[in-house]
Amino acid sequence: MISPTIRHLAAGRSIRRRQRQVILALLAGVICLAFALSLMLGKSFVPSGAVLGVLRGENVPGMSFIVGQLRLPRALLAMLAGLCFGMGGAAFQILLRNPLASPDIIGINMGTSAAAVFAIVVPGLEGAMVSVCAVAAGMAIAMAIYALSFRQGVTGSRLSLIGIGVSAMLQSVIAWILSRAPAWDLQEAMRWLTGSVNGAGIDQIWPLLAALALFGTVLLAQARNLETLRMGDDLAVALGIRSNRTRFMVFGGAVGLMAIATSMTGPIAAVAFLSGSIAARITGNNGSLLLPAGLIGAGLVLVGDYAGQNLMPGRYPVGVETGALGAPYLIYLILRVNRGGDSL
Amino acid sequence: MTVEHHLVAEALSAGYHERIVVKELDLAIPAGRITAIVGANACGKSTLLRSLSRLLPPRSGQRLLDGRAIHRIPSRELSRMLGLLPQAPIAPEGITVAELVSRGRHPHHRLMSRWSPGDDAAVAEALEATHIAELADRPVDELSGGQRQRVWIALALAQQTDLLLLDEPTTFLDVCHQAEMLDLLADLNRKRGTTVVMVLHDLNLAARYSDCLVAMRAGQLYKMGSPDEILTVDTVRAVFGLESRIIPDPVSGKPIMLPIGRHHITTDGPAG
Repeated sequence: MISPTIRHLAAGRSIRRRQRQVILALLAGVICLAFALSLMLGKSFVPSGAVLGVLRGENVPGMSFIVGQLRLPRALLAMLAGLCFGMGGAAFQILLRNPLASPDIIGINMGTSAAAVFAIVVPGLEGAMVSVCAVAAGMAIAMAIYALSFRQGVTGSRLSLIGIGVSAMLQSVIAWILSRAPAWDLQEAMRWLTGSVNGAGIDQIWPLLAALALFGTVLLAQARNLETLRMGDDLAVALGIRSNRTRFMVFGGAVGLMAIATSMTGPIAAVAFLSGSIAARITGNNGSLLLPAGLIGAGLVLVGDYAGQNLMPGRYPVGVETGALGAPYLIYLILRVNRGGDSL
Repeated sequence: MTVEHHLVAEALSAGYHERIVVKELDLAIPAGRITAIVGANACGKSTLLRSLSRLLPPRSGQRLLDGRAIHRIPSRELSRMLGLLPQAPIAPEGITVAELVSRGRHPHHRLMSRWSPGDDAAVAEALEATHIAELADRPVDELSGGQRQRVWIALALAQQTDLLLLDEPTTFLDVCHQAEMLDLLADLNRKRGTTVVMVLHDLNLAARYSDCLVAMRAGQLYKMGSPDEILTVDTVRAVFGLESRIIPDPVSGKPIMLPIGRHHITTDGPAG
């Protein structure tokens, strides 16, 4: 005999699961559309047939270079970096139970940027070496923030505050380095402060794919534990979660995604911070936020870069567009959190 | 279906940072019974409860569940035997009652395992036992304090553990809901044989609803026994520093404690 309550629960769950699938499919659809449009539209129009031809590896005169060498790597880089920023950012916000505690606010990205600026200006490194330094230093600084906030485990508020402090310190380091930098380094260094997908090359795609395969998998595998951790440490432990281990895995996974994405595009402003919040509004807390936040991040960077290239007078790096979107939202969120004290 | 689990503390010391709150405490929780931990504020009741589970590692001494050291038991296995409702759990924004209670099934799942009909049955049973089945689709944020407390109890019930620890399950509840909550725990104990251990502030409710009272003083076990043995003028004086009078409860026959303060006293002072 099956009680009406059981039937009701089963029905409710299958509705929610379908809702989630529909939302994920819609988000993926929007990204595919934005991706296709950013391959076709631009200063010159490339018809869909020609785009498909180029993607199949055919040589389409006049189009192969524009699509294959310029637009495709750019769109891929934007999409993958957006995925990393969105997932990593949401992971931080959920972990620290605070929508303001995204990695671009609490100093995780700043570590990567500061290291890159230092590497360009002081020893005068170039290209891939800068990225390697940036990733290594970004992770090291993130781990330092984690270690500094460790006292019988890490709590969200301690980690956020120490992160903000470290972030302020790094900012002054960047300002100091830039003030002494020769003019020819400034252009390259600035790229690491705003975030852009200019000059994307297909070789930048592989590190991002690897980061998603490794760190993205770690995060998604921890998604359920992370959701349980949201109910407070005590209850999570009572439900069999090893809270410090989960926190460390999520922290490590998110830092890995953020550091590698930042080393490819610079810290694209506010994407990490916006994606989780938007995902929470759209999905209404139906299941883990990580995947929807990743998709929204990908969409934001794709559309933001397209807008910065084609819809504005002059060309702007994508970080300018997303930053302009993020600032008012940050103010709105601060007001809201102060009033209601709620999380994502 | 219930297995009787024996939870024991041996010379257990626990605390936070430099402060030791529970000092060298020995305690054996009676299996299949309801035990209430009572004592003055800051005497270490909650700390004892937390250190009996995995929430707080001991400074010295040990906690044993069926003779095994608790920190050696894999966390998931432990959470299928020992449930704990902490004082201030957080309801994620917008989560519905059904979803929140479903999270009590977490220990019964593996990384990739799917939700089973057995899980639905466990959640439905927990919702019905706490009389919140009709609230299943409501967001937890919209509920009253009493309803919310029942949701948390339902989560602990859905976990289906044979041992259940609760840290002040009746705070935020009015008199009516307090009695309802304790009735619920008594049902659980009688029908399923669940061993219940709870921290309670109200001595009279503790005496009425539990088989065993654990009186704590300054981080140590002062006395432990049946309500009749523990709820005495001497124990109340020693544990709370309060003069009192004990009379038999006309409703349950258990002892009831009447505090004697400095005002509103008509009879002549403390007496047995």
